[in-house]
Amino acid sequence: MTSTATAPPSSAERPDATSGPPPQRAPKRIAFSHRLSRWDLKLSPYLYISPFFILFIVTGLFPIAYTAVISFMDWDMVRNTGTFIGFDQYVYVLTQPKFWIALRNTFSIFLLSSIPQLILAIFIAAMLDQNIRAKTFWRMGVLVPYVMAPVAVALIFSNMFGDQYGLVNTFLADLGIPPVKWHSDAFASHIAIATMVNFRWTGYNTLILLAAMQAIPRDYYEAASIDGASKLRQFFAITVPSLRPTLIFVIITSTIGGLQIFDEPRMYDQFGTGGADSQWLTITLYLYDIGWGQWNFGRAAALAWILFLIILAIGVINLLVTRRLVRNEGSVGR
Amino acid sequence: MKLSRHTRIAGAVAGAASIALLAAGCAASSDATSGSSDEPIELTVATFNDFGYTDELLQEYMDANPNVTVVQNKAATSNDARANYFQKLGKKGLADVEAIEVDWLPEVMQYSDLLAEVDVTDRWLDWKVDAATDADGRLIGYGTDVGPMGVCYRSDLFAAAGLPTDRDEVAALLEGDWDTYFEVGAQYTAATGTAWFDSAGGTYQGMVNQLEAAYEDPDSGDIIATENGEVEDLYNQVLDASATQSAHLGQWSDDWFAGLSNGAYATMLCPGWMLGVISGNAEGVTGWDVANVFPNGGGNWGGSYLTVPANGEHVEAAQELADWLTAPEQQIKAFVNAGTFPSQTAAYEDAALTDFTNEYFSNAPVGQIFIDRANAVTVAPFKGEFYFQINDAMQKALTRVEDGTQDKQASWDQWVSEVDAIG
Repeated sequence: MTSTATAPPSSAERPDATSGPPPQRAPKRIAFSHRLSRWDLKLSPYLYISPFFILFIVTGLFPIAYTAVISFMDWDMVRNTGTFIGFDQYVYVLTQPKFWIALRNTFSIFLLSSIPQLILAIFIAAMLDQNIRAKTFWRMGVLVPYVMAPVAVALIFSNMFGDQYGLVNTFLADLGIPPVKWHSDAFASHIAIATMVNFRWTGYNTLILLAAMQAIPRDYYEAASIDGASKLRQFFAITVPSLRPTLIFVIITSTIGGLQIFDEPRMYDQFGTGGADSQWLTITLYLYDIGWGQWNFGRAAALAWILFLIILAIGVINLLVTRRLVRNEGSVGR
Repeated sequence: MKLSRHTRIAGAVAGAASIALLAAGCAASSDATSGSSDEPIELTVATFNDFGYTDELLQEYMDANPNVTVVQNKAATSNDARANYFQKLGKKGLADVEAIEVDWLPEVMQYSDLLAEVDVTDRWLDWKVDAATDADGRLIGYGTDVGPMGVCYRSDLFAAAGLPTDRDEVAALLEGDWDTYFEVGAQYTAATGTAWFDSAGGTYQGMVNQLEAAYEDPDSGDIIATENGEVEDLYNQVLDASATQSAHLGQWSDDWFAGLSNGAYATMLCPGWMLGVISGNAEGVTGWDVANVFPNGGGNWGGSYLTVPANGEHVEAAQELADWLTAPEQQIKAFVNAGTFPSQTAAYEDAALTDFTNEYFSNAPVGQIFIDRANAVTVAPFKGEFYFQINDAMQKALTRVEDGTQDKQASWDQWVSEVDAIG
């Protein structure tokens, strides 16, 4: 860095010395090429990453702004016209009992999927971190569900969770347990949908956590073993604390995914509108129904903005929690 | 042509498959069957599911009109077609001839000014024409198929319950109104302990389609659903029967498909296109039969139209093609190809239709049965802008009672509040 910054002036000085023009010119020319290389240093990185942001402005920011405009209108999509009605669409959405049910369902499914998923992923990752035969086979094995298309997963699982002739209820009946009403009991439907999500994402998170586990210096374990710590103790005292930064990443990604859950509830029954009593209606599903079921894009746009604000709020909470955790780690730290 | 509610397939088989046909060589002949011009043009026809328009059928048109090349784009389901239709209507990008389904016809009717008017009117059943005619008297859809309803039943289960099994005797047994249907149902369930019909929702659909103005006032367009005593009566009637006679299997659910094979219910209201659904999903089951009867007269479920967007490039040529495709001769061929039952009255005289039998349904003369069923339909139910939403909410209300989430009154009240929020 320092060598390139000092080199141009020295090379530019030479012509000045031979031609002997007024001394003012020399610093100017030096300054220009100097400045150019400084710009190069300062601007280039932004230039290199600009395609993403330009693309984002076109495909991301513009639709977001356009959605905001439409959300204040009674919009006719076919004729591309609308009348301005202020906050009416927002008021409508927020006064719908369905909206609040959808919010409840979204969080319920999110919690039911994320928490067991993380616990299971840590456990499996810890198992895979041991000395086992055919390591690569097992590691690839946990990723197989992730490769399957979500719609295919949903098709298979919703068949298994049939109310009367589904595999799960038939199995329960063999055990003498009364059948579960997968499609009429809200909580049962959340569990069924969370199962699909878990099936798909546990393996993915396992691999990420496994990678983090392998980055933990083996000296720690060695030292702990010499000190006489049991495997369990090592797991909780060394492995879990070292996983913190990775866990935060995993939690954030699964939060974003969880709040936008769509495929699984949509495929859960034949109508894809969240059940007769909105038992598994999620916010994105409700949004889709208003937009593409009822063709009411003003309302759908308002709901989209509400969802955006909710995710923003949760993002801020995430950030605060994350900061605290990281700080904690620093103080516990290495 | 129906199956639109089977959204699952919509998701699974996404996208549209296009069939590119060989471009007919642009002959310089001045054979002017198409009237307007000889300039080589390409016409696109957008359909969904299976309209029975095979390559051979379209080739016939191209042979008769050498300057025209017809390309068919098939969407997987009616829902895919609907999304595409409304995203492009009034703008660019629609095919020259676009197929639409009765389920979303009311939505299309709001934009009838964006569609070319149909100049043939005496070809179809009256109620088929009425449904696609707007307030200004413009007909905007070329009728393709209809879904006149009969009653499908399991003759083996009928025999076990001591009921007649011959389809004529069954027709005589069920002749009458809905009370008769449910009374026979009570006999059946008393004798066997199993369900008489598949679901309250499916049965209600057959009942409500007999009301002239169920949810909205045909003149003003106001929502009258919640004050309409007829709707409430149907709601109560079907749910009273459902308590003992329904298998509680929502149509198109996995359990419902399983029920087609395992005898979970003995009867089902059955439009013509449903025969294919039954024989396709209950292979090897003997005993399904169809009776030439429908409670309380006739009923229709499903069916489609072809429309011509008014801002297309070749509106006139497209109209000619749509006209040709929906002529009785072509519709009969389409019926043989895909089971799309004609809405054209002249087709009902044709031996290809009247002599048509279905082997799976014990060789029932289904051609003649559904001709009779189509002629029995007298009411063209008014379906306005909000029909789909209100009916959807009603279906959910019925499901809530059937699966035990709510009692009859609570579910009705919730439906009323949901309908009040519409609009």
